[in-house]
Amino acid sequence: MIRTLLAATALCCTMPAFAKTITIEAGADAQERLQEALILAEPGDIVELGIGTFELTDGLSLDVDRVIVRGAGMDKSILSFAGQLGAGEGLLVTSDDVVLRDFAVEDSKGDGIKSKGADRIVYHAIRVEWTGGPKATNGAYGIYPVEGSDILVQDSVVRGASDAGIYVGQSKNIIVRRNTAIENVAGIEIENSFDAEVTENLVTENTGGILVFDLPNLPQMGGHNVLVARNAIINNNTDNFAPEGNIVASVPAGTGVMVMANRNVQVVENAMINNGTTNVMVVAYTQKFDDANYDPTPRDVYIADNVYGRAGFAPDFDGGKQLAAAFGGALPAIVYDGLGKGLIVNDAVAILNLGLTKVGQAPTEAKPSLDKPSGAGEAVALSPIVLPASMEAALK
Amino acid sequence: MRTFLAAIALCVAGFAVSAAPTKRLAPVADAVIMADGMPKKLSEFGFFTDAAGWKPNKGVELYRLNSALFTDYAEKYRYIYVPAGQQAVADGDGRLEFPVGSALIKSFGYKIDGKDRLLETRLLLHRADGWIALPYVWNAEQTEATLKVAGTRLPVRFTDPSGTARDISYAVPNKNQCKECHSLSNAVVPIGPKMRNLTHDTLDMLLSNAMLEQPSRDHPPIPDFGNTAMPLENRARAYLDINCAHCHNRQGSASNSGLFLTYEEESPVHLGVGKRPVAAGRGSGGFAFAIAPGEPDKSIMMHRLKSLEPGVAMPEVGRSLVHEEGAALLSEWIAEMDK
Repeated sequence: MIRTLLAATALCCTMPAFAKTITIEAGADAQERLQEALILAEPGDIVELGIGTFELTDGLSLDVDRVIVRGAGMDKSILSFAGQLGAGEGLLVTSDDVVLRDFAVEDSKGDGIKSKGADRIVYHAIRVEWTGGPKATNGAYGIYPVEGSDILVQDSVVRGASDAGIYVGQSKNIIVRRNTAIENVAGIEIENSFDAEVTENLVTENTGGILVFDLPNLPQMGGHNVLVARNAIINNNTDNFAPEGNIVASVPAGTGVMVMANRNVQVVENAMINNGTTNVMVVAYTQKFDDANYDPTPRDVYIADNVYGRAGFAPDFDGGKQLAAAFGGALPAIVYDGLGKGLIVNDAVAILNLGLTKVGQAPTEAKPSLDKPSGAGEAVALSPIVLPASMEAALK
Repeated sequence: MRTFLAAIALCVAGFAVSAAPTKRLAPVADAVIMADGMPKKLSEFGFFTDAAGWKPNKGVELYRLNSALFTDYAEKYRYIYVPAGQQAVADGDGRLEFPVGSALIKSFGYKIDGKDRLLETRLLLHRADGWIALPYVWNAEQTEATLKVAGTRLPVRFTDPSGTARDISYAVPNKNQCKECHSLSNAVVPIGPKMRNLTHDTLDMLLSNAMLEQPSRDHPPIPDFGNTAMPLENRARAYLDINCAHCHNRQGSASNSGLFLTYEEESPVHLGVGKRPVAAGRGSGGFAFAIAPGEPDKSIMMHRLKSLEPGVAMPEVGRSLVHEEGAALLSEWIAEMDK
């Protein structure tokens, strides 16, 4: 008996601090009560959101490491920012080892949830939604980790973002899995990032399904090593409602997967069905830029083992209709601008090669032709993304 | 003997004179600045000798900046406290490195119904493990300011410098928002007190009080952006530096934007010229470039500066009004750029 007691005491003493749970209920002064809890939380604490709708007047933020913010479910604990007066997002996280789970963010004026420089962050079973559906006045990004290492976004739902539902930018070591992205401009976007897996997501009724982009003049450039696998990318034909000026405003409605200016991207084992412009687009960045360190071309893109449904029946760009007519009424399942190098397609579908030879060429200089993939290419396998064990453990 | 008694009388009288009308003033509470934790009341620090927070204690010195951040036309009163016998040192870039135990104190207020009133006092305390930012909100009686880590909103009615009556929901930032602006590589740092941004009078005061070590080199001052005698370019860059660059720099909260607005920035594209938005969303206002040379009305920078909508308005915190004078300055600067 005493031995057990002593052993138990010893065990307790090795624990760094007594983690506590701070429960915050919806109701009057939710802004101040919740924000105060997020500020006064100590590493290891859980901030628990009660059931109900929290009417918030400003952005919330968390800057304490190792805090779990947990609700009662993505349809039960709702942070509503419909009455927001300030801040660029609903919730901002700037600390490491944070877990966000089981709550919703609705109608934020800017982005939904942003984590900046927040390493080892978990977004689990989160809903971010603009409840009025797709509108240009909605915020840009739903779930928005940027400049982080080790990022997990899973089992979440994002709807209505006027840029990307789930956007991972300038980050490293990323898993985005089992999410639903619906009625956003871009469903899921991986931008200027290294080592990412986008798997088993349902991406539907967006303008473009999954985008893998790289842009110039940013602190982190040279996006590479991205796996897009086992996703259902279906019926992404929503009119582009992104505000002009943003890069996604140039994405044609009806794009399944779009790879732009990236290296070593694999698009495998996806179901791509009913995307009106094309199922997969592989292109260079076409706008003028001034950055000697930026490579605008797509390189080493590997496309294999996908299931293809109907595509290319409503190409959403100037001259698209004529082009489709020239190819028998619909564009092929894959559209490639002809730039960069190392495109391998192992699927038995046709490829429209625009035959461009220089980045930034006018579309009038395109020499479109139909390519048949040889089906013999081999790609170097991507190493599986491994996240620190602490991230999975935090979900238990 | 008479002389002796007279001397005693004099001493006693002197004592009485020095002791009678006021109590001996307590000095600034160094231990409170340094200790862990977040004191509930501003008065615990002893930065002011009066309850209303207008009379700085010994060692607490008012200072001024060449160019200042716009905060809804609030009047700001800035003070530096450096522990006795210690000095701040200017680093190579002219940023002041304060000794541990220092404090920067900034009160915000308005003239309301003809009377100067304080709304809040923000503290930056330099502790052994770094700077900490704390916001204190004044009571209606103006007798005490209380810690509000979660910030708050205060309805305020005042008359701006142009004579326009304004009715705003003034935002006291929460502790995290303090850090959002005061963040460099994720650590809290002061923004304003840099050699180039301290007025001549302030530098003289700091040096003559031995609060600042004599700097080893000159740091050319940035102009007051409101001083029309100075070159337009310098004024505009001074404005961007003090209003935007605390986030928009390579180590700041907006590092991911690629838009860097420090006074030293030399790359036109990082300053915004011909730079396309990255994560602006509807903040772009439908425009293609942060700065479209010659076309302020097609520049995202102007769109966001003139907006009051959360999610669009820049800066993201601390502004519920358009700074007309600042917007006019930047608009003129962009208009004069070659297309």
